[in-house]
Amino acid sequence: MTALLFTLVVLAISALAGFLGALTGLGGGVVVVPALTLLLGVDIKYAIGASLVSVIATSSGAAAAYVREGFSNIRIGMLLEIATTLGAIAGAILAAHVTTHAIAIVFGLVLLQAAWQSFQSAHASASITPVASDGLAQRLRLGGDYPIGGVLQSYGVRNVPGGFSLMFGAGVLSGLLGIGSGALKVIAMDRVMKIPFKVSTTTSNFMIGVTAAASAGVYLGRGYIHPRVAMPVMLGVLCGAYLGSKMLVRARVRTLRLLFGCVVLALAFEMIVNGMLGKV
Amino acid sequence: MNDKRLETIMGSLLRTGVLLAAAVVLCGGALYIAQHHARPVSYRTFAVGAEDTRTLGGIVASASHLQGDGLIQLGLVLLIATPVARVAFAVAGFALEHDRLYTLVSLIVLTILVFSLLHAT
Repeated sequence: MTALLFTLVVLAISALAGFLGALTGLGGGVVVVPALTLLLGVDIKYAIGASLVSVIATSSGAAAAYVREGFSNIRIGMLLEIATTLGAIAGAILAAHVTTHAIAIVFGLVLLQAAWQSFQSAHASASITPVASDGLAQRLRLGGDYPIGGVLQSYGVRNVPGGFSLMFGAGVLSGLLGIGSGALKVIAMDRVMKIPFKVSTTTSNFMIGVTAAASAGVYLGRGYIHPRVAMPVMLGVLCGAYLGSKMLVRARVRTLRLLFGCVVLALAFEMIVNGMLGKV
Repeated sequence: MNDKRLETIMGSLLRTGVLLAAAVVLCGGALYIAQHHARPVSYRTFAVGAEDTRTLGGIVASASHLQGDGLIQLGLVLLIATPVARVAFAVAGFALEHDRLYTLVSLIVLTILVFSLLHAT
């Protein structure tokens, strides 16, 4: 394959991944890595390096739009970033000490979870009513308010230690696999800390870039970020995600999620099988 | 200065950083393709690359000689620096709000990020 053809193919795959990732809310990183390794035979270390870079680009690029909506909570984000950044560094160090087969298998398991999530209805947990803050959350002043139907609805936060621990895990996965691990971040905030779903998803987006930046330095120093692989991935995902966010048409999202779920499910099995056979 | 205003400034800071980084990566990519478009490539086996794609000094030197690879890496370093700048801005913002607790929290995050970046590269 010539350099030009490789660049164009990777651009196209990444743009599609970014587009679908933005439309379905699952992020582009989870598709880019298996697509590069399984379709183009790229070494998984280059693939996760390029994916991590694209994760920073989409997270930071979308931040301005999310802020305008007024849902994200900067205090919750900043506090939990202590856990995610430490986890990300641990994950990036771990990535150098486990075999690529093991990384592929863990990646496959994360894909299985993503597939399962896209088969669920989009707002399964959106109906949780706001709770009052517990003692620790009150001392940390984590509560806030968000606009709902033109009125400000205040909310509290629970179980900070539980959320904090899960966030460390989300950081490890992000650093190990080069993904944003937004799904786990949302679970930590929405399910464990009882933060409203909208606040959880937008705050999670804010945190993804900072988390990824913590392991990006390690990746760069180790040579995982190959300029000729990362360039088309970053530009492609960024363009795709931008288009996806502009075209967010509610009506077709459900069908799209199902389709996306099937693709991710297939990729999950491929990754696990190839990892076990030692082909990746 | 309040939280809402802080977040709005951070949001535009991030977007500007990403656009700048993407522009630099695009220039580097165009240069690389112009010079090497017909060359066969394979990324099947991982090999630790040369210093000029892995260390800050090497990347800056390579980019200043208008090497495609160096420019791409410079753009990616800018991209990685964007969230770091956001955290640095949060430290200043919380300090302006006279919020000691969250000034400290953002300072811890900033220290972790800077340590990771400088230690690794």
